[in-house]
Amino acid sequence: MEGKPIRVLLAKAGLDGHNRGIQLVGKALRDAGMEVLYGGLRITPEEVVEMSIQEDVDVVGISIFSGGLMTIIPKIFQAMQQNEATRDIPLIVGGILPPGDAEALKAMGIRAVFGPGSDLEEIASFIRGLAAGSAAKEKAASG
Amino acid sequence: MFKEEELDAIRRTREEWELTVLGPIMEKWPERKGEFRTQSGHPVKRVYTPEDIAGKSYVEDISFPGWYPFTRGVFPTGYRANLWTRRLITGLATPEETNKRLKFLIEQGQTGLNIIYDNPTTNLLDSDNPLCEGEVGRDGVPTCTLRDMEVVMDGIDMRKVSTSIIHSGPFILSMYLALAEKRGIPFDQLRGTLQNDVLSQYYTVNMSVVSLRDGFRLSADVVEYCRKHVPRWNPISFVGYQIREAGSTAAQEIAFAIGSAIGYTEELMGRGMDVDDFAPRLSFMFNCHNDFFEEICKLRAARRLWARIMRERFGAKNPLSWLLRFHVQTAGSSLTAQQPINNVIRTTIQAMAAVLGGTNSLHTNSMDECYCLPSEYAARTALRTQQIIAYESGVANTVDPLAGSYFVEKLTDDIEAEAEDILRQIDGMGGMVAALEAGWVQREVVKASNEYHRKLKSGEITVVGVNMFQDSEDEEVPIEILRIDPAQERHQVEMLRQVKERRDKEALRRALERMKEDAAAHCNIVPSCMEAVKAYATLEDMRNALQEALGAGKESKDAFIC
Repeated sequence: MEGKPIRVLLAKAGLDGHNRGIQLVGKALRDAGMEVLYGGLRITPEEVVEMSIQEDVDVVGISIFSGGLMTIIPKIFQAMQQNEATRDIPLIVGGILPPGDAEALKAMGIRAVFGPGSDLEEIASFIRGLAAGSAAKEKAASG
Repeated sequence: MFKEEELDAIRRTREEWELTVLGPIMEKWPERKGEFRTQSGHPVKRVYTPEDIAGKSYVEDISFPGWYPFTRGVFPTGYRANLWTRRLITGLATPEETNKRLKFLIEQGQTGLNIIYDNPTTNLLDSDNPLCEGEVGRDGVPTCTLRDMEVVMDGIDMRKVSTSIIHSGPFILSMYLALAEKRGIPFDQLRGTLQNDVLSQYYTVNMSVVSLRDGFRLSADVVEYCRKHVPRWNPISFVGYQIREAGSTAAQEIAFAIGSAIGYTEELMGRGMDVDDFAPRLSFMFNCHNDFFEEICKLRAARRLWARIMRERFGAKNPLSWLLRFHVQTAGSSLTAQQPINNVIRTTIQAMAAVLGGTNSLHTNSMDECYCLPSEYAARTALRTQQIIAYESGVANTVDPLAGSYFVEKLTDDIEAEAEDILRQIDGMGGMVAALEAGWVQREVVKASNEYHRKLKSGEITVVGVNMFQDSEDEEVPIEILRIDPAQERHQVEMLRQVKERRDKEALRRALERMKEDAAAHCNIVPSCMEAVKAYATLEDMRNALQEALGAGKESKDAFIC
């Protein structure tokens, strides 16, 4: 692990343009020493899978502020699950979610949902934990 | 504004006061902070006096309401004749539901309509496009064809209401005009505003169906068309609002909106139009954020700045051309998901600032808009907020009551100077389109946004319920959350299918063909767009036609800036 920076794919899903949150999180993760690959706005599930593989990322973070989040996020999650290469990449979500939605997403397998007021350093340290977890898993798998 | 001897006396008294009164008090009760600043970062002094505005002239810089340079407002009697237009953003689920909500708000005393479209409609995508699944009707009303406009406006007299359309380009306006034509209403009886500021869309919504320059041209076509055919319509509203939502300062907000207005003015004058023909119909839309005085001063500064630009830079002679008329929306980004009831109070303060800043029209956010589209209850409370300000508070009884406040006049001057400096930089880059293409505007806004969040984290800026006075984490949200039933999306998709089946395919093909030809030839796009709309072209049909003629815009992914 030492010396190899954590690679995070960040992107915004949904057709709206609210990118203020993801810009902030991206800066915080870079400041924390991670490599941030930015997928931009309006990312589709197929693009998430494709970029995750191409960029060999450790964690995927999707920002959302669209009223369609309970359709959009599950579609991204399922697309990642259906592909062997992305199945084990942890997916986290950021945004303002109506009460109950965050719990529903976590029950589905989204690893964390960061709502308003989340501490940027906490997000960074949570991602570090996730990356360490998947690295350990990989090591165990390769024997 | 003050005589020399008077200023001398003020200075002497101040020095004495500082020595004998202030000094000892400061030792005993130090101030809460070493330095006070506005939300956007302007230093704020302890006390303001005539010394701070000594260089200003009442007649030249402040003057009378309805009189150049309009610092005190565009109308001589302020709100004593007519109150501002109370206009709540409306758009939800389906055209049918939106029509019901509009009628409800009219019944509750709303005086203008303000229609917002869902994400697919904003992107010129149809409700049945797989990319839109889950987003139809979730953040506004879906409008794919003229049929949807017919339903939205059903039973509403288009001659009586003023309608604001939050959309850009000729598309939705063409539907509105086509509907008026169907109802036999002459265009000169229609009143309203189309947002249409493609430049602000480009860097806030990051939306560009065609290239920035093509989109800019098409939106200018709408202004040109409306000046000839829809005389009482405001064909463009320069949007500072979204720039502020993206994190800009108050001065950047007015500078970038005015920068965009300068860009359009140059384009239209370049087409041979007389500035005094179109300038009286240009309008603006601003934000009102938390810092009460800063917002009031920002609005006063914007009015004075625009009046001078119109008169001195563009040589406008018609006094109506000098008027900066604007709509205000209270700051959506100031709403907190934590303790959402507090949003009613925030919105009240912001709305009060808008009124004291002389807004012509106002949307007050509903307390639940941080989570979802407003419920009927929350929307009504937001409307009542305006009515309480208008009818109970007394602030609308006299014009620009804060004029002459040393602090207000000084801050107005400072914000104006800062905005002028930004405008000079934009001019230096070759104008707003070039500054956007270079990514300069976007970077400046992100820098300001990062700075705001740094201050929020360090506690230099306080937001109640967020970085002070927080509740425990498991506190329940005590508001009703409006959920849009997925069945509404299916209904909308089905309605669209029926329209597509019924429409005259040949008429549609011809209309779209003409639209492509006009776009490619750089003819004014509105007439052919109207024809396509009347043949029940969908937004996506028109999007495709334009992209075939002009090429698609640059992939609308935004860049990561840090």
